[in-house]
Amino acid sequence: MNGILKVFVDFLSQPAIIIGVIVLVGLLLQKKSVDVIIKSTLKAMVGFVVIQAAAGVIVGSLNPFGIMFQQGFHISGVIPNNEAVVAMALKEYGTPTALIMTFGMIANIFIARVTKYKYIFLTGHITLYLACMISVILVSSGMTGIHLIFTGSLALGLIMVISPAIQQPFMKKITGNDSVALGHSGGASYALAGYIGKIVGKGSKSTEEMNVPKSLGFLRDSVVSISLTMAILYIIVAIAAGKEFVETNISSGNNFIVYALIQALTFSAGFILIQNGVRLVLNEIVPAFKGISSKLVPNSKPALDCPIIFPYAPNAVIIGFISSFVGGIVSMFVLGAMGLVIIIPGVVPHFFLGATSAVFGNSTGGRRGAIVGSFVNGIIISFLPVALLPVLGNLGIANSTFSDTDFALSGIFLGKVQGFIGGVGLTGVLIGILAIMVIWTVVTKNKKVDDSAQAEVD
Amino acid sequence: MKKIIMAVCGSGLGSSFMVEMNVTEILKELGVTDQYEGCHTSLADVTGMDADIFVTGLDLADSASHLPNLIVLNSLLDKDELREKIKEKINL
Repeated sequence: MNGILKVFVDFLSQPAIIIGVIVLVGLLLQKKSVDVIIKSTLKAMVGFVVIQAAAGVIVGSLNPFGIMFQQGFHISGVIPNNEAVVAMALKEYGTPTALIMTFGMIANIFIARVTKYKYIFLTGHITLYLACMISVILVSSGMTGIHLIFTGSLALGLIMVISPAIQQPFMKKITGNDSVALGHSGGASYALAGYIGKIVGKGSKSTEEMNVPKSLGFLRDSVVSISLTMAILYIIVAIAAGKEFVETNISSGNNFIVYALIQALTFSAGFILIQNGVRLVLNEIVPAFKGISSKLVPNSKPALDCPIIFPYAPNAVIIGFISSFVGGIVSMFVLGAMGLVIIIPGVVPHFFLGATSAVFGNSTGGRRGAIVGSFVNGIIISFLPVALLPVLGNLGIANSTFSDTDFALSGIFLGKVQGFIGGVGLTGVLIGILAIMVIWTVVTKNKKVDDSAQAEVD
Repeated sequence: MKKIIMAVCGSGLGSSFMVEMNVTEILKELGVTDQYEGCHTSLADVTGMDADIFVTGLDLADSASHLPNLIVLNSLLDKDELREKIKEKINL
């Protein structure tokens, strides 16, 4: 009997298998046909393995970067890139990630059902990355077993609802309706940009009344933008480390510039692999999530990926990227001057978070709101990761990290609270937050009922 | 073999997925799911031979201009706009 149990446990401790089982259950619940079940389950499992395989490619190219940076600048340099850090983390934290992602989605449905915040977070890759970060933080401080999965899932569910909720006042302005929300990784930056726009933007004209060169639009293609910026970064770093050092110690005698260039492109290659793996997994999970949630939460609002608002303000997209990136570069020098870890501006976070912040800032404060809002975002996502690194356990010394606003804020919150009052304390705090949301829902519903009853009496 | 309507976005993960879900709903509404089906991909991976009709957002229209039978959406969220443009393309 023990033998069979062991086989069972061995099977289920493979994250790819767990994902397969979850997809299988989701498909059975939707009564799909056998051929669809086999096809989808296998694709999801293969997708997960692709991500894990890609980790090797990423690590292989990031390690030399770290070594050269240290040699050249005598300080640590970190390149924020969600895909890279998740691929690296899945090796050790794959199982809790898969479980927390699944139960986190269930928590999302539950919270949307019992509160007035009826947001269903459909941007699957962000859910996956959040689940990964949460796993790393909680496991690194010693949480295990059911306590770990419960706490992680609750945290994830809360983020999946709160992040869209704080942005909705501005989303209504941008889209002109209240039926769609934003589900992304920089919600706090976007809401902040909206408020900043209100403060600084009096009388400022919209970004869409400007002439902005469309040529920077090619940066929407992450593979291109990553390849370009990494090539520049790697070559600068190789030069800083010195031809002698690189060719003696790292590149086995190959020319140091050529070596740097190939490593940069290898990083890009790893990124593409991870995106493809993630796509395979999510294709099978998100439709099931959407289907089940719309049955269980009537009046739910889908929270979708940030590019859905780009068509509303295409100029703001470009302006936001530039402004945020400048913020990132300024921050980099300040961090260096302060002797802290250097968070190198990641082109992907600055593009998507900067662009979205600018669209929000523009909606309340025109071009001034857009520029200031995205600049502030650039600074936030450069400084916050410095505080996040310490709670990421051994992942905190990797050469890549999470920098997106919601990730950094919730990560720091979870890590610090657990540090102060322990794992059980953290679970209590999260339950407390949910309780407040439920109470607020009841209170504001009663107030509405009282108001309309009063109106009838009058 | 069903004809394919392919949604395209930058990463092949978020926006195109959502548009594909809308496309599938609309195909059901129009009652043509026996002739057409939806799918999605990223701008980097797509080629003009991958589908019969392509759909993308206004901000990517320039980068996707090489794709045949391209539907360009002013709003990725507007199902009415998508429905009208699909009906045009499939001659309904």
